[in-house]
Amino acid sequence: MTSRAQTQKAAFALLSISGLVVMIPAVAVIYFIVVKGLPAISWSFLTEMPRQGMREGGIMPAIVGTAYLLAGTLFFAVPLGILAAIYLTEYAPVNAFTRTIRLAIVNLAGVPSIVYGLFGYGLFVLFLHFGKSVLAGSLTLALLILPVVITSSEEALLSVPKSFRDGSLALGATKWQTIWRVVLPNSAAGIITGVILGIGRAAGETAPIMFTAAAFYLPRLPRSVFDDCMALPYHLYVVASEMFDSPEKVQWGTAFTLLMIVLAMNLVAAVIRARFRRSRSW
Amino acid sequence: MAQVVNADSLSVASLSPIERRARVKDALVSRIITASGATAIVILLLIFVFLAKDAIPTFHTVSVKQFLTGTSWRPEFETFGIVPLLAGSFFVTLGALVIAVPVGVTCAIYIAEVAPRRIRELLKVTIEVLAGIPSVVVGFIGLAIAAPYIQGVFNLPTGLTALTGSLMLAFMSMPTIVSISEDAIVAVPKAYRDGSLALGATKWETIRRVVVPSARSGIIAACMLGVGRAVGETMTVLMVTGNASVVPNGLAGIVPFFLGPVRTMTATIAADMGETVQRSPHYHALFAVGLTLFVITFVINLVADLALRRGRSFAA
Repeated sequence: MTSRAQTQKAAFALLSISGLVVMIPAVAVIYFIVVKGLPAISWSFLTEMPRQGMREGGIMPAIVGTAYLLAGTLFFAVPLGILAAIYLTEYAPVNAFTRTIRLAIVNLAGVPSIVYGLFGYGLFVLFLHFGKSVLAGSLTLALLILPVVITSSEEALLSVPKSFRDGSLALGATKWQTIWRVVLPNSAAGIITGVILGIGRAAGETAPIMFTAAAFYLPRLPRSVFDDCMALPYHLYVVASEMFDSPEKVQWGTAFTLLMIVLAMNLVAAVIRARFRRSRSW
Repeated sequence: MAQVVNADSLSVASLSPIERRARVKDALVSRIITASGATAIVILLLIFVFLAKDAIPTFHTVSVKQFLTGTSWRPEFETFGIVPLLAGSFFVTLGALVIAVPVGVTCAIYIAEVAPRRIRELLKVTIEVLAGIPSVVVGFIGLAIAAPYIQGVFNLPTGLTALTGSLMLAFMSMPTIVSISEDAIVAVPKAYRDGSLALGATKWETIRRVVVPSARSGIIAACMLGVGRAVGETMTVLMVTGNASVVPNGLAGIVPFFLGPVRTMTATIAADMGETVQRSPHYHALFAVGLTLFVITFVINLVADLALRRGRSFAA
């Protein structure tokens, strides 16, 4: 008996060590980025144009470029994602077509981001003649996060009890009135959480925008959706890997800014989710 | 109000204008929604079509057999053999798995079965944070911190090696492996555990002999999805593996292979596409690599999805 108890003790100790090991990378990445990146951050770094071929000045156009790309991504991915989720929860019959849709969503989520980049290049940049542009980049990123938006919206819609729908329909409301006035408001928090998570993912993606939107060095802001733009993740790649003499300060500062934006979005999503869970009354 | 219950069978003419408008809107919206429901299928098909459209002209330059079995990738000589890129992706992923699977699965067991509530919450948050770190940031840390370290430890000419790539990819596939394995373990019915404990087994014996075997297909699916993540990862490997296309020289060549620069499929597309001329043989060859990558990850995800479905059928 003691030996069995000892085996259990040893096994549990090993398990807890692996728990510790899993924490190392996240803690290490954040530690290095904060310790080395925070000193590089200043008001001028965040608000100025780059100078001297990105060796001096700030990263403002990269921050603004990423903001434009994300706004475009929201514009395309949110309506489409929510409508697709509504179809799956409220309309879809149980049949082969619905099963195929679900399979397609699972597989889309697994398509590598560089493949989205190639696809966006082939379809939006070349075939549709959008050129390397904010529009082409936003569309590509929107397709990339669509599975995230659909899956999380679907989960949020499913969490609304059936009795809510029945009550609305019994009062004579049409199906769409029920969805619009009852189901969507009651699942809004869950849907918003999913959308923010998706946008957080899009903010950090580099491969999909490399050929579709991102400019190597462009010390001005895009003037229309058909202009290319600088973007934070691509800028980090450029200063870290493509340039041989970029100052460490610029590299770590860019990495810090990008990581903080992405983590802040994840945090906001987590807070909304937690609040919603506490406040919901069913 | 009784007639409202059977509203659908009433003729539209007997409805008030407001109700009629609502009914028309309802029918219209339901069509729009059904159309958007099919979006995912349409996109998946479009991806395949657009990759294939630009990949097929490659085979005017090289034969399908030369492309799939050629051991040399030299765009400057229009030699497009995908084997070195496949080898790069395969071994970097394999190395990542050797690190991430044991750690990830045991961590999942710890979270699901052993950890006290507070530690469990802390671990879950940490894993979510890790999953949220952009791959370009992981690549940057690999370049700035891990590569010089590996160069020093193994006394190498460069720290940009397959091993560095494996290490960073292990970090990136861990969240997938942990969270999906954990779901599978938590889904094992409590009655299984109770039965085992009632027979006098210790908690550890129950975990090892009952819980983990019952969750097996879910855990395998988790590992496969981790593979999918690692194979498709681009920025990290582009930044830390040095990008030299080589094939390991037999079994003995595997260690030097891991300690030298390699080139994966993803990194090749990312690094070369910017420099190619549109519709040149090189351009088409990169689409052919993209198509190969798409097919590989598609199959991995399909198999993982099947395993997940099998794992869910505990009722049977």
